[in-house]
Amino acid sequence: MARILDRRRLVPNLHLIEVEAPEVARKCRPGQFVILMPDERGERIPLSISDWDAARGSVTSVFLTVGTSSHKLSRLAAGDEIPVYVGPLGRPSEIENFGTVLLAGGCFGIGAIYPLARALKKAGNRVLTVIDVKARYLLYWEDKLRAASDRVFIASRDFALDSKQYVPAKIEEILGAGPKVDRVIAIGCTYLMYSCAMATKPRGIKTIVSLNPIMVDGTGMCGACRCTAAGRTKFACVDGPDFDGHEIDWDELFKRRKSYFDDEIRSLCYWERKEFP
Amino acid sequence: MAEDKKELSPDAKARLKAEYGREWRQELRKATPLKDRMKAERRKMPERPPEVRNKDFREVNLGLDAEAARAEARRCWDCANPQCVSGCPVGIDIPSFVKLIEQGKFLEAAWKLKETNSLPAICGRVCPQETQCEDLCNVKKATGRAVAIGNLERFAADFERGSGKIVIPPLPPPTGRKAAVIGAGPAGLTVAGDLAKLGHKVTIFEALHISGGVLVYGIPEFRLPKAILKAEVEYLKRLGVEIRTSFVVGKTATIDDLRADGFEAFFIASGAGLPNFMRIPGENLVGVYSANEYLTRVNLMKAYDFPNYDTPVFPARRAAVIGGGNVAMDSVRTAKRLGAERAMIVYRRSRQELPARIEEVHHAEEEGIEFHFLTTPIRYLGDEAGHVRAMECLKMGLGEPDASGRRKPVPIEGSEFTTEVDMVVVAIGQSPNPLIPQTTPGLTMGKWGNIDVDWKTMRTSLEGVYAGGDIIRGGATVILAMGDGRIAAAEMDAYLKARPRS
Repeated sequence: MARILDRRRLVPNLHLIEVEAPEVARKCRPGQFVILMPDERGERIPLSISDWDAARGSVTSVFLTVGTSSHKLSRLAAGDEIPVYVGPLGRPSEIENFGTVLLAGGCFGIGAIYPLARALKKAGNRVLTVIDVKARYLLYWEDKLRAASDRVFIASRDFALDSKQYVPAKIEEILGAGPKVDRVIAIGCTYLMYSCAMATKPRGIKTIVSLNPIMVDGTGMCGACRCTAAGRTKFACVDGPDFDGHEIDWDELFKRRKSYFDDEIRSLCYWERKEFP
Repeated sequence: MAEDKKELSPDAKARLKAEYGREWRQELRKATPLKDRMKAERRKMPERPPEVRNKDFREVNLGLDAEAARAEARRCWDCANPQCVSGCPVGIDIPSFVKLIEQGKFLEAAWKLKETNSLPAICGRVCPQETQCEDLCNVKKATGRAVAIGNLERFAADFERGSGKIVIPPLPPPTGRKAAVIGAGPAGLTVAGDLAKLGHKVTIFEALHISGGVLVYGIPEFRLPKAILKAEVEYLKRLGVEIRTSFVVGKTATIDDLRADGFEAFFIASGAGLPNFMRIPGENLVGVYSANEYLTRVNLMKAYDFPNYDTPVFPARRAAVIGGGNVAMDSVRTAKRLGAERAMIVYRRSRQELPARIEEVHHAEEEGIEFHFLTTPIRYLGDEAGHVRAMECLKMGLGEPDASGRRKPVPIEGSEFTTEVDMVVVAIGQSPNPLIPQTTPGLTMGKWGNIDVDWKTMRTSLEGVYAGGDIIRGGATVILAMGDGRIAAAEMDAYLKARPRS
């Protein structure tokens, strides 16, 4: 059992969860993830690590409510216990002085790029951060990311904000304006990562994506998370989650992500009928 | 053919001899003449009817009743030179426990089993006795039908559990030594039990959230009810074993970290957690599962009770399971139970080469499983959503025997055919899980990704670190894993006791 220290709604459909997990906090590195279960009947779901505090013994993630298990999680509060919290899983991201690194985050990925920004900055990089939000009211952690980055750009379709583009167009604009970018790292929904990889491909800038396929055990045992990178089958949980975005078979990944689309809806409807009679 | 017939140690031989000579054994032998023992038919294991059991997940075998168990035990001659024991990887004193059953001393029979086997209710169900103890049984040589040692083992263990009189053996004073066991599968549970009984402080680190390893994620409820496993794990806890679930050694902490935390001896039993695929086109289509994933969803995550549980699994109409081992049988019978109209085994060799237990094959056939022998898939075809809809296969012929001694399957040119399927389970074996090897510098590895050990002691290349089960063998059996555990526990005990006090 692991105790929840904080569970807060950041913006609509996106929540923060901080869990007491001293051993995980002691070990985790940017780019890793945890697997948790909201209750005994829940699914094992992977969440990117967005922050941790080794002294406090806690690990923080930001998650989007999608299916039943994430909705259950969003209804828990500080002091509640969850039966499964395991990690840190996956290989840590490569952190070194690359020169200039452009980070792109959307949705839960805004949280997930934060530890990368912090570590890359510390390693001596110039860190440019692009936050993708559909509208102003979905923006969170802007202050944290500004503190950890050299420059922050907002890509949005909200006319109230100064920018009116989706993230790949913003990346095009930044790259077109001149700064030499040595590496791009994109985290968020599959479409965001795909479109970022497509935007940088013509320029040949190495683009790392943090894949989020369906997982069960997260230790390489089941192979649910298999994806194709450079023509070879890889297990995202142990070979990743970071991969070169220019080498991924995106079509396959999109399809595998949607494997249980109908079941997710059925499960959610079933749960909601019980929860909100 | 017995896979692992081994020479018994002089100690073990002496113990068997002493038990054989006991007065009650002599009397019991005299009580029933040999020719009467030989006349008795082997008692059949009662089973639930196939057309009923193939729709639910309750256990197939019902177990012998007391009368049948005693009658079956009476078939055993109590040989002066029992061959059966040398067919048992953990060296159970088979004649003693069988004769206790014949006498009606069922609890004592269970305790006798537990002297050498900490998981008899499990072994009585899943061990391949027909290729081990029962294959060497002298009664088999004389009458063609071995004493049903496995069924009797199950009977005694179930009787003890049902009686509520599970006895915790007297424990020696604590040695103050700490041992870490990595993986709560059959090998790990065996080592933990043995070391705890010797007075050491044992902690098991398990990556999943429930203990049991393959016994919980792999073997289905209809073959091994989870309540039995739970009882065995409770027993270990009562022996003082601590179990840390959701703890991935190699990730949450390395072996070096655990050493720094005061653990002195280690047993790595992290299993064959890396599914093999055939690397053929279409294998990543939606609806193509590894057996590990399929069984884990159903057994561990209880997808058979979706949406009461959140984890889904595809309900197939036409399911193909690739492979011919026990895992393949478990997968195909699971697919049938989840409602598949056609649940098929697709195996590249013929019936004679099937590695699965005969009992499992027999049960599968009764339940309406189709067997397609001498067939191998070469390609999976998908629909526009990327879901598997068909598979292209090739017929095989059998050539010369290969390294395994079985005739090698050879493709028959031009024999391609396509068959409609909406789910595929790839059950062609597992490789050792790489997480611990990757994070433990100095650990010597074999060429299959397995940890190298000295087979006499289960010692690895690292001081105080032992290994056993599928991490050293690839995909093997529960009882071989437990056999490794027994050897390792004895060695670890000696190692711990010889260490200077810090």
